[in-house]
Amino acid sequence: MAAHHALSTKARLRVLLPRIVLSPSLALVAIFVYGFIFFTTYLSFSDSKMLPSYGWVGFENYKTLFSLRMWDIAVTNLAIFGILYIVICSVLGLFLAILLDQHIRAEGFIRTVYLYPMALSFIVTGVAWKWFLDPGIGLEAVMHDWGWTSFQFRWIKDRDMAIYTIVIAAVWQTSGFVMATFLAGLRGIDGEMLKAARVDGAGTFAVYRRIVIPQLRPAFLSAFVVLAHMAIKSYDLVVALTNGGPGTATAVPSTFMYSYTFTRNQMGIGAASAEIMLLTIAAVIIPYLWSELREDPR
Amino acid sequence: MALVKTARLLATVAVCGLATGASAADVEVLHWWTAGGEAAALNVLKEDLAGQDVGWEDMPVAGGGGSAATTTLKARVAAGNPPTAAQLLGMSVREWAQEGSLGDISDLATDGNWADVLPQAVVDFATYDDKWVAAPVNIHRPNWLWINAAIFEENGLTPPTSWDEFNEVATALQEKGITPLAHGGQPWQDATVFDDVVLGIGGPDFYRKAIIEADMDALGSDTMVQVFDQMRTLRGFVDDNFSGRDWNLATAMVLNGEAAMQLMGDWAKGEIIRADMTPGEDILCVAAPGTEGSYLFNTDFFAFFDVDEDQKSAQEAMASSVMSPEFQHAFNMVKGSIPPRTDVDISDFDACALKAKDDLTEANANGSLLGSLAHGHGQTSSVQQAIFDVVTEHFNSDMSSRDAVEELQLAVESASF
Repeated sequence: MAAHHALSTKARLRVLLPRIVLSPSLALVAIFVYGFIFFTTYLSFSDSKMLPSYGWVGFENYKTLFSLRMWDIAVTNLAIFGILYIVICSVLGLFLAILLDQHIRAEGFIRTVYLYPMALSFIVTGVAWKWFLDPGIGLEAVMHDWGWTSFQFRWIKDRDMAIYTIVIAAVWQTSGFVMATFLAGLRGIDGEMLKAARVDGAGTFAVYRRIVIPQLRPAFLSAFVVLAHMAIKSYDLVVALTNGGPGTATAVPSTFMYSYTFTRNQMGIGAASAEIMLLTIAAVIIPYLWSELREDPR
Repeated sequence: MALVKTARLLATVAVCGLATGASAADVEVLHWWTAGGEAAALNVLKEDLAGQDVGWEDMPVAGGGGSAATTTLKARVAAGNPPTAAQLLGMSVREWAQEGSLGDISDLATDGNWADVLPQAVVDFATYDDKWVAAPVNIHRPNWLWINAAIFEENGLTPPTSWDEFNEVATALQEKGITPLAHGGQPWQDATVFDDVVLGIGGPDFYRKAIIEADMDALGSDTMVQVFDQMRTLRGFVDDNFSGRDWNLATAMVLNGEAAMQLMGDWAKGEIIRADMTPGEDILCVAAPGTEGSYLFNTDFFAFFDVDEDQKSAQEAMASSVMSPEFQHAFNMVKGSIPPRTDVDISDFDACALKAKDDLTEANANGSLLGSLAHGHGQTSSVQQAIFDVVTEHFNSDMSSRDAVEELQLAVESASF
């Protein structure tokens, strides 16, 4: 009798334990993620200036936001940065993955080398590239010291080109990760199919174009989702590399949000810009999650 | 009685345990003076308070010229747990007072006759609605022109007193292959120069109208077009690698002879002294071109927050220590500024500080002691940053002066709704 009782307690514990373990983190997520999303949404419709305030002003903050030149600049910069970042990272990542997939020697070593930048924080990447690209101390100065005095590379100081230096640093940081994603996808492809294609007389290029790459659709999709939200959220890299400069040339929505919320005492507008960023990320993530969940029962 | 005491003690312990760990006789002070000299100067205050049995709970938040500290402060106040005092610039004192977060130290100020020993322009920032809410620590002057004396002597040049003279001198230097102006392309540095140009070309009345009153006609006037023309001219006098440079690196260029001049506040003296040079001799200090007779200022205040009754006495002890002539003398000696108390004897300060004091007295008498826009004493932060945007964008692009003036009007209008 007693043994039976103990067993049932154990069994009950087994059912309850996961819930007990998970519930604190669930509660934390509910408050600190969804609670604050709700709070920010409310603030974006409020007359908050320096501190949160709860006077309702409707869409006033959004109207002001879209009339601000700074916001236009920030959105345009994000578009340039986001598109180039995603495209270059994907292409470069795929290219590296294909090269690594040729069963070369020391593959593990090379893979690690390419993945390592991912282990750095964006602040470190930003500072390192800031020094490297600075004409006074970096690449240009070194070239001049070596005697190539006509060498010029001052993109980071150039209003029109500075945004591309952010693309360079970001691509350097993440293309290794994209490579790993694609490499995993490549390894998952059925070798028999490739052999069959070879027997049918397909060249390497045709095999990749017609058979391998189409099968990498899931890898492309996850790479895209990860890169897109990293692009929209990018803040630390921009702050460390150019701090939005020269002038306002590399302002992005996240630096705009921080500046308006915390240094310009226009919290309402800052919250509105945060909402726009959230909606943009949602527009990328929700269709992805939806398609994942729909395919799941299969 | 004992029971009540115990209960109160327990309650205090509980509250403090939850909140900050500060006891009733402690002051918790948020500031961004973490650099060696400043931190040492703050020790004078700490020791003075320790002598009165008031503990010091340090809350330094370094970085961003105080913007990181402001973020922390907002979080603390929003959580209903403000520090005893926080280092704030003039406009921020006013903004916090408007939010109703600051306490009232008027009794202390009246007893100490603060209004009589401080310049009126400083009093205006330290009071709100006729109540004293803050105590000033220093007066900085951002409108200095620092000159490498050796370069000027070798080339037979004299310090410029107007922007036209400045342009002549700078052109002469450029022809000799010397960078005329050391500058760092960061928004606040661009704005520091902009302040000097507005004041130097328009004069104190124009500065007051355009910057402090944000008058649309003044902002759109031909004088403002000339100001942007001069900014464009200045752009030609800085080296190619200026963008993003920190101010102290620009100062170093003047010190080691790479550049001839810098427009910067008197905190640059710290760099000069560290390089074993003498301000006023090796590096000359003159008022920025055309601004002689006027005095732009920025002042660090300790703003006193509305704290619980049992912390009031510690808060008042701190306020009166801050206003004591000894502290003001010791602190400003290190900081490079001058004491806001006009009755403090500073005859042992350096030559530039003595000139600053004379100029301050003169400007205070004829009403040309004006808050600096670049350093948080001209406009609320939203308008200030909106002006920064335009000034910086104009300086870093080929925007025409006319377009810049239009942008300026638009930006100020949309920021001050």
